[in-house]
Amino acid sequence: MFDRKAFPLAAGFALSGAAAQAQTIDETINSVVGAATGPFVSFIFSPFPGTSFPWIVLWLVIAATIFTIYFAFVQFRSFPHSIALVSGKYSDPNDAGEVSHFQALATALSGTVGLGNIAGVAVAVSIGGPGATFWMILAGLMGMASKFTECTLGVKFRNEYPDGTVSGGPMYYLSKGMAVRGFGGLGKGLAILFAIFCVLGSLGGGNMFQANQAHAQIVNIVGDYPGWITGVIFAAIVFAVIVGGLKSIAQVTEKIVPFMGVLYVGTALIVLLINYDRIGWAFGEVFDGAFTGAGVAGGFVGALIQGFKRAAFSNEAGVGSAAIAHSAVKTKEPITEGFVSLLEPFIDTVVICTMTALVIIITGVLQVDPETGNYLWNAELGRVETVGDVSGVALTSAAFGSALSWFPYILAIAVILFAFSTMISWSYYGLKAWTYMFGEGKAQELSFKILFCVFVVIGAAMNLGPVIDFSDAAIFAMALVNIFGLYFLMPIVKAELNSYNARLKSGEIKRFA
Amino acid sequence: MSSETFVVAYEGDPDDPNVLDYAIHRAKAEGARLLLIHVLEWSPYSFLTPQELEERHGRRKQELARANEVVMAPALAKCEAAGVPADGKIRYGQVVELILEETKTAGATVIFVGRSGSNSMAARVFGSVPLGLAQVAPVPTVIVP
Repeated sequence: MFDRKAFPLAAGFALSGAAAQAQTIDETINSVVGAATGPFVSFIFSPFPGTSFPWIVLWLVIAATIFTIYFAFVQFRSFPHSIALVSGKYSDPNDAGEVSHFQALATALSGTVGLGNIAGVAVAVSIGGPGATFWMILAGLMGMASKFTECTLGVKFRNEYPDGTVSGGPMYYLSKGMAVRGFGGLGKGLAILFAIFCVLGSLGGGNMFQANQAHAQIVNIVGDYPGWITGVIFAAIVFAVIVGGLKSIAQVTEKIVPFMGVLYVGTALIVLLINYDRIGWAFGEVFDGAFTGAGVAGGFVGALIQGFKRAAFSNEAGVGSAAIAHSAVKTKEPITEGFVSLLEPFIDTVVICTMTALVIIITGVLQVDPETGNYLWNAELGRVETVGDVSGVALTSAAFGSALSWFPYILAIAVILFAFSTMISWSYYGLKAWTYMFGEGKAQELSFKILFCVFVVIGAAMNLGPVIDFSDAAIFAMALVNIFGLYFLMPIVKAELNSYNARLKSGEIKRFA
Repeated sequence: MSSETFVVAYEGDPDDPNVLDYAIHRAKAEGARLLLIHVLEWSPYSFLTPQELEERHGRRKQELARANEVVMAPALAKCEAAGVPADGKIRYGQVVELILEETKTAGATVIFVGRSGSNSMAARVFGSVPLGLAQVAPVPTVIVP
């Protein structure tokens, strides 16, 4: 007969067997997907001939520099005007009820502010050292010009349909805008290529990376368990929102995320204040490491590469995704959306990412050799030794936790919300790209949405390394195509800018408040 | 014949026509004209999903059409039937702020507003339109039960 006392024992054996089997599910997913994405990653990150510098980082840096100079440092000169636009001073009261500049900015920000700001920065600082922060801030400041360019074009070349819906973004400005400049065929090709990479980007950075690091933070709090379980739960909720149309989750998330952002930055400031006596030292580490590499392998070039990579991945300047969100704004002047969007890399990178980096540096979770004062390098892992031997979001959590022991729990909630809001935004961007390629329709939409949910599971199950590599590669591939098109289209933006500035000066552009 | 204008903060609740009826009654007695203001609550600082952003323009058109058809047109017809000259405006934003703005622009001398909602606990904590108007209106305000 069945012995009741044996039941818990048997259940325990079954569960541990299942857990052991579940570990291999994670490992299987990791090896299969890692192998499949390997060649793509290698191509994108292949070094410039004769150097160890990935050519894609050079591509982004040069573009941001060119746009900054071509538009005469617009990100600094027009910063006050951007603030005035967002606060509604130039908004016509008759346009009330339409998409406001603030709403477009907030929506785009909810897509960019995600795990890149929390976990990605930790990766950058642990590989490139504190000096990576300097290059990250610089990349953020210069990237404002890239975002200015692409978001202006997003509004200028958007499609407005009879039913009132608006669609815009790189697919449209690459095809329509390039045609205006006489390169219609090339433009169409670029638009399709961008759409392909946008789908990959939405599955990578907008999905896998988010799920992966959200799982990592949950594990940090509750203990280790298989990633695919988190993946299935997240996928189910994402499915309910994007397929089931359960808008309430999306709406609640969108409303809570800004508060979590403010809470995160506020807490970071508190941590910095708790360690106020080390603030000067922390900045010293940043500047010192920026130009000497502070004992980190790869020297200051390593710091530069990591800083630029993380800034681009986090604020998506030059990638083109934000142009999709910004294109819906109600305005007669496309350039106004360019002004508004240049605040994004500032908020995302110069403020939020920098806060993360400073907290990690100042709390001393990066291990230092007491004799030499250099950071202890782990050659096997390819990064600085850390307290508890953690990386990614766990490093950020440890940094905050060292000053405020309860914060990792708040961080876990923030991380889950940031991950969700980024996934919801990127599922939309990816869907736009998918339907651009395959046409609108219920079947096309459903197929992408199911694919997206599958990748939530995959992302949560894999290890951080291959996930971040693929995510980075996909996002940068978008930037590759987008920036190529922006070079052709920047004279159009310049004409808009000159016309608007002239009319602003003459008083023709009305101020309503 | 007075050339006064009375503003009516009109919610359009068919179950509560009192404010419109009373405003028509007073306007007729004093030979004034009515300005009906219907406000759709909206803030430029709210947070939307990317899908809502894409659909906003279209939705706004639908909302305005619906407000006109269901709320404003029947109300204006009622005023006309009673022989009271009336205009209507549909605005997006904060109710109290917009009512005050329209009152100032039109040079209105009285505001009429329904009392619905001002009795609840929530209204006492978070405020309500009639209570808000009662506190800040620059002209006499009639709260119609």
